[in-house]
Amino acid sequence: MNFPENLLYTKDHEWIRIEGDTAFIGITDFAQHELGDIVYVDISSKGKTIKQHDVFGTVEAVKTVSDLFMPISGDVLEVNPKLDTAPELVNNDAYGDGWMIKASIANKSEVDGLLKVDAYKALINA
Amino acid sequence: MKYVALNDLHASLGAKMIEFAGYNMPVLYTNLIQEHLAVRNSVGVFDVSHMGEFMLKGDKALDLIQSVTSNDASKLFDGKVQYSCLPNDDGGIVDDLLVYRYSETEYYLVVNASNIEKDWNWITKHNTFGVEMVNMSDGMSLLAVQGPNAIKALQKLTAVTLSEMEYYTFKMGEMAGIKDVIISNTGYTGAGGFELYCDNKDVRKLWDAVFEAGKEFNIIPVGLGARDTLRLEKGLCLYGHDINDTTSPIEAGLGWITKFTKTFTKSDYHKAIKENGPTKKLVGFEMVERGGIPRQHHIIKDAAGNAIGEVTSGTQSPSLNKAIGMGYVKTEFSKVDSEIFIEIREKQVKAKVVKIPFL
Repeated sequence: MNFPENLLYTKDHEWIRIEGDTAFIGITDFAQHELGDIVYVDISSKGKTIKQHDVFGTVEAVKTVSDLFMPISGDVLEVNPKLDTAPELVNNDAYGDGWMIKASIANKSEVDGLLKVDAYKALINA
Repeated sequence: MKYVALNDLHASLGAKMIEFAGYNMPVLYTNLIQEHLAVRNSVGVFDVSHMGEFMLKGDKALDLIQSVTSNDASKLFDGKVQYSCLPNDDGGIVDDLLVYRYSETEYYLVVNASNIEKDWNWITKHNTFGVEMVNMSDGMSLLAVQGPNAIKALQKLTAVTLSEMEYYTFKMGEMAGIKDVIISNTGYTGAGGFELYCDNKDVRKLWDAVFEAGKEFNIIPVGLGARDTLRLEKGLCLYGHDINDTTSPIEAGLGWITKFTKTFTKSDYHKAIKENGPTKKLVGFEMVERGGIPRQHHIIKDAAGNAIGEVTSGTQSPSLNKAIGMGYVKTEFSKVDSEIFIEIREKQVKAKVVKIPFL
């Protein structure tokens, strides 16, 4: 499994990539593997302000449904438009084309509390 | 927690194990869709040794079976299998099951793992016929070898001519050098194939032989996850989902296994439902709009937003590549092409009733 060093992670298995004042957010390779074939991504939070740890959407695999949690507080600026018709991108390219949302960063101090790659790997025994 | 005889083998194959009906069972080996399609298109093997098996023996065995089951077991002949259910006293279903007639005085009942104890107690309570009952569940293993190539793989392992066996018949014969394997032309996938019952001590030998014989067909082990998607595509009921202690077999579309040529538990009640028409029916539906996958307990609504029923099973169909489900709706919404709405995450997502099987 692949865990890029330039990303930050959460114990809920989301990844976050900081680009200036905004963040790209998705789920980790571990998460997509645990879920299996993803068949629907439901994110209707575009334009909403969501607090850290609150739900910003739902991902459905064939057999399971899983909530998606905000790694940091912020506004949901964009939802990956490709996922509506190609949810399998989350399986095939979890950190690239399978990104889920772009969000603003309301509180920079929350970023400091996120897991670095080694801590995330330790969490999942990778 | 209980363990099937091949528990360690499944773990060594990398299976994801979950507790199901009190057993540690393989739910997935590698990928659900691959496992599903292997069965649909070629051949796959399920270890379903958690299933329960009871032997009923005695001159009055048929009388006992007739009194507790809904189907007409008097139609059975030696080597014939019948799908049936055990109605309860409240108009619902204790369990669904297979009835195997070995001889005029010896039958085997195959029941759901989750209901072994409930079924045993239920049948025992109604055994006023002096029938000898043996619960063989803990000593028996069951491999379901399913898919269009199952017959070609298995034929290499036995002198029994499998192509001459009709659907829903069985033979006791030698397979892979193991004596007295019950070779049953049955399954829960609608993909063709056989179910093989043997003693726990022989199941590893049988498993290995089946995989060797199936190698040329790319045989793979298949978990309970794909078992569920396979059965749902064929509109087969799953106890605890589509049927339960409160559903009538008539409402569930199981009128074909509910025969009023005899009397059984609450048969007058079910006969009245059949004659008057049920107020709700189990239907198949497919999603028309995107908005999520239907799941058990989702509410079904009409266009005006009134609740008209509940989803009992749902999935993304790997073969059809669309979201499908089954659920109970008020009878007036049960016609094919009826427009219904599934409430998914507080949204009403349009669906339509379709005929089952879906595939």
